[in-house]
Amino acid sequence: MRQTVVVIGGGPAGLAAADAALDRGAAVVLLESAPRLGGQFWRHPTDRSATDTSLQHNWNAFVAMADRVGSDPSATVITSAQAWAIDHDHGQGDAAFGVQAAVGSADGPSREMITVRGHALIIATGAHDRTLPFPGWDLPGVVTGGAAQAMAKAEGIAVGQRVVVAGAGPFLLPVAASLAAVGARVIGVLEASSRRQVVSGWLPQSPWLAAKAPELAGYATYLARHRIPYRTGLAVTRAHGNDSVRGITVSRIDSDWRPVPGTAEYLDVDAVCVSHGFTPRLELAIAAGCALGADRFVAVDAAQRTSVPNVFCAGEPTGIGGSDVALAEGRIAGHVAAGGAITDTQLRPAVRRRRLLRRLTGAIRDAHRIGPGWTSWLTDDTVICRCEETSYGALRSTLIATRTTGLRPAKLTTRAGLGPCQGRICGRTVEELMTDLASTDGGADQRSDGVIIDRRPIASPVRFSELTAQARVVGTHEQMDTQEEDR
Amino acid sequence: MPRPSDVIVVGAGIVGAACAYALSRAGFVVTVIEAKAAASGTSGQGEGNILVSDRGPGAELVLAQYSLTRWDRIEQELAEYLPTGFPELEYELKGGVVVATTEAGAESLLAFAGTQRPAGVTAIELDHDGALALEPHLNPEVTAAVHYPQDAQVQPVIATEALLAAARTLGAATIFGEQVVGALRGPGPTITGVRTDRDEYPASQVIIACGPWSAQVAETLGSWLPVRPRRGVLLVTTRMPHKIFHKVYDADYVGAVVSDDHGLQTSSVIESTAAGTVLVGSSRRQSGFDQSLDLHAVREIARKAITIFPFLADASVMRVYGGLRPFMPDHLPVIGPDPLVSGLWHATGHEGAGISLSLGTGDLITSLITGSTSPVDPRPYAPARLPRPDTVEVPA
Amino acid sequence: MTDELQLIFNGERLTARRGQSIAGALLASGRRSWRTTAAGRLPRGLFCGIGVCFDCLVTVNGVRDIRACQRPATEGDVVETQDETLPLRRTEKSR
Repeated sequence: MRQTVVVIGGGPAGLAAADAALDRGAAVVLLESAPRLGGQFWRHPTDRSATDTSLQHNWNAFVAMADRVGSDPSATVITSAQAWAIDHDHGQGDAAFGVQAAVGSADGPSREMITVRGHALIIATGAHDRTLPFPGWDLPGVVTGGAAQAMAKAEGIAVGQRVVVAGAGPFLLPVAASLAAVGARVIGVLEASSRRQVVSGWLPQSPWLAAKAPELAGYATYLARHRIPYRTGLAVTRAHGNDSVRGITVSRIDSDWRPVPGTAEYLDVDAVCVSHGFTPRLELAIAAGCALGADRFVAVDAAQRTSVPNVFCAGEPTGIGGSDVALAEGRIAGHVAAGGAITDTQLRPAVRRRRLLRRLTGAIRDAHRIGPGWTSWLTDDTVICRCEETSYGALRSTLIATRTTGLRPAKLTTRAGLGPCQGRICGRTVEELMTDLASTDGGADQRSDGVIIDRRPIASPVRFSELTAQARVVGTHEQMDTQEEDR
Repeated sequence: MPRPSDVIVVGAGIVGAACAYALSRAGFVVTVIEAKAAASGTSGQGEGNILVSDRGPGAELVLAQYSLTRWDRIEQELAEYLPTGFPELEYELKGGVVVATTEAGAESLLAFAGTQRPAGVTAIELDHDGALALEPHLNPEVTAAVHYPQDAQVQPVIATEALLAAARTLGAATIFGEQVVGALRGPGPTITGVRTDRDEYPASQVIIACGPWSAQVAETLGSWLPVRPRRGVLLVTTRMPHKIFHKVYDADYVGAVVSDDHGLQTSSVIESTAAGTVLVGSSRRQSGFDQSLDLHAVREIARKAITIFPFLADASVMRVYGGLRPFMPDHLPVIGPDPLVSGLWHATGHEGAGISLSLGTGDLITSLITGSTSPVDPRPYAPARLPRPDTVEVPA
Repeated sequence: MTDELQLIFNGERLTARRGQSIAGALLASGRRSWRTTAAGRLPRGLFCGIGVCFDCLVTVNGVRDIRACQRPATEGDVVETQDETLPLRRTEKSR
């Protein structure tokens, strides 16, 4: 019987997975939450021909895959499809999972509800920016690098006129380039890691650099042409303004990311884009029952198989590696999910590429790793949880007063992580602050409940009216399961 | 070896915390041992109900009524022992409104309320207009309603942490992240402490307050308890303008609480929180310790909630959480000495009423250990009432 | 089909391009914030831009909690800043 492979996510990993699964003869259902395929990496306008391809790495690969998948009669591509839950019946064999998705304009209220079933599931949900809090980061005009990218690439909008891009990692470069391309004056790219850390992380990576050279060279040229300075060892330690950001304080930081006294400088900006790395989007993998490794990424084997039979994971949820790794992993996952073997000849390039890139991106990631000293730029009134407005001072004093040892009680006593984003923005920070507090103030013990922030059985809000609507079954077992809601 | 305790409380849910607080206040040296963290099980996974509305006359209502008098004073009482900066308990005597939407439902609801009044429950019958006056956004098809002004609400995790923190101020030790793996034994069937995966803790008395996990812990400590998990699911909406002013239940809730049915049962329990979110429950299903998402239950809860409050149709559910209630076959908690092992005590089996009954349970067990006058007649809750299977051996 | 469409934001007319998100349309009109937080009554607008942070929530055509960065603008959309007032707590009521 023909395999049906369900893919969640239409970015590099998910598209490559769908493409490879189709190539191997499977039927594919591809779910993408945005109105267009491409994910965050290949964000582009409604009119694809209006894309500024100078800002799109590997654009031709995207177009080729999107066209192949889009025109293949064995593929069902569903865009604007927000997967919001996965239920699974252990021991039910192939189609043991049901991906619940709401299809239509975000965020409802009258989206069509579907249940997607298949023989195999590939989770390619990507990652989002990790932005560490700093005083004033809740002012309008302070955005993530991803926000600046999305607005620039999809809508041609600059998030500000006079902008600083700050944080850590290679992602800052394309963010700056996108901003410049839509007319913003980028007055600097501020990398938190020291020049020594950056150089020692990047220099030995010549094979990786060779692979990435066109992209990086392109950004470097772009930055040079727009006279955008790249400075290292600096962090935005405060944003100033009343109704929106008017300026920032930039401080030199040491190798632990602790601000060096007396180094603060004020920069006049109307926007600042800050990203300190990425957080994998794990909730659907966790909902599917996939085990995580000690590093808090989805544990996969060489064929991208997770701990759950017939469930695969590819791209950022298995480790932050960027689009090239995601493409290789997606291809492997799609091929194997469709019944192929990891040893098949056509997978060799992807397997080789993944091995090389995973090792080397690891070294680059280490060079930009968040330093523990960042917490020293927090003030008592710095907002930690943006949704529930829990300040650093309130969080600390509550944790010290309660001596809470679990993340769940910490959330419920401080309210951090309980708002609509469900801890996506502050969760990892709260976890780290709890550990930090345990080591410095003796307030809390080590976390003892084993609870992590990433578990969110409802992966995206859904309306009551939508919950009660009959779900249409897509994928395999359509005849058998149409009555399931009546059971 | 850690200091010897007068009493070890196994489990730092609300019942364990209440026992630790009451015993510490009575002058005992108490150690709480918890495998995970405070309120990390059942206590952190419910609404924080403190109800009298859902019980007919009987022993559980008596304990609920006593507990209610304790809840009413607890914030003031704890203030003396809590460090500055401790969050508020969010205790609110908000009252409950039980709603019937059918004629048959109205009849049984009003009849039930009639049985509660002689037992001291304030149950005010409301007509259609009266119900809408209290809850203007109710489905106008409401046929009858009863207002229970004594129903209250507390934030259960903060309450648990507060009781533990107060116990610590009174000298109790709290150990988190250690699993009890066995008993320390004296001569004969006597327990003299517990072994954990890290250490040994001598004590004169050991209380098992592990909710649905109490059966396993009882077995580990050489006894037996017929408590079983009964699963529940709750939905949490995003913040919205305040439109629900009481705890609002449909009349089916009472039936579900006292039912023995193993299958899925749902009934609406709806209320807003201090944060502006709305909690929507509830379901009951006996399905072991499985904690995976039960979408069927979620959909049923959503459907019933819209029936009670039609405006919820557009509301967004941002979080779903499930918990396991400690279910007893005879619907009464188990509070008192273990009939097999001397020095071993039980405080569990409160099903969905653990928050409500916790303070009464703490006082009751303290009175039994000190031999002082009990706040309520302890006999109905005695573990000795339980018929014991022949297979359980008395440890030598 | 024209390339432009009209929205109403808090009673004011706004022109958006077809395919644009509501957040994009608001930013393009020069607005930086369109939400007021519940507790601090502070302004918020775009933050993550990719549907993760829920900071940009607006009410659209009477329905709350729409992520402006994820919602494509459609002709005639009525977009409003939503009421985030917290319910009164007992302690406040008793004062």
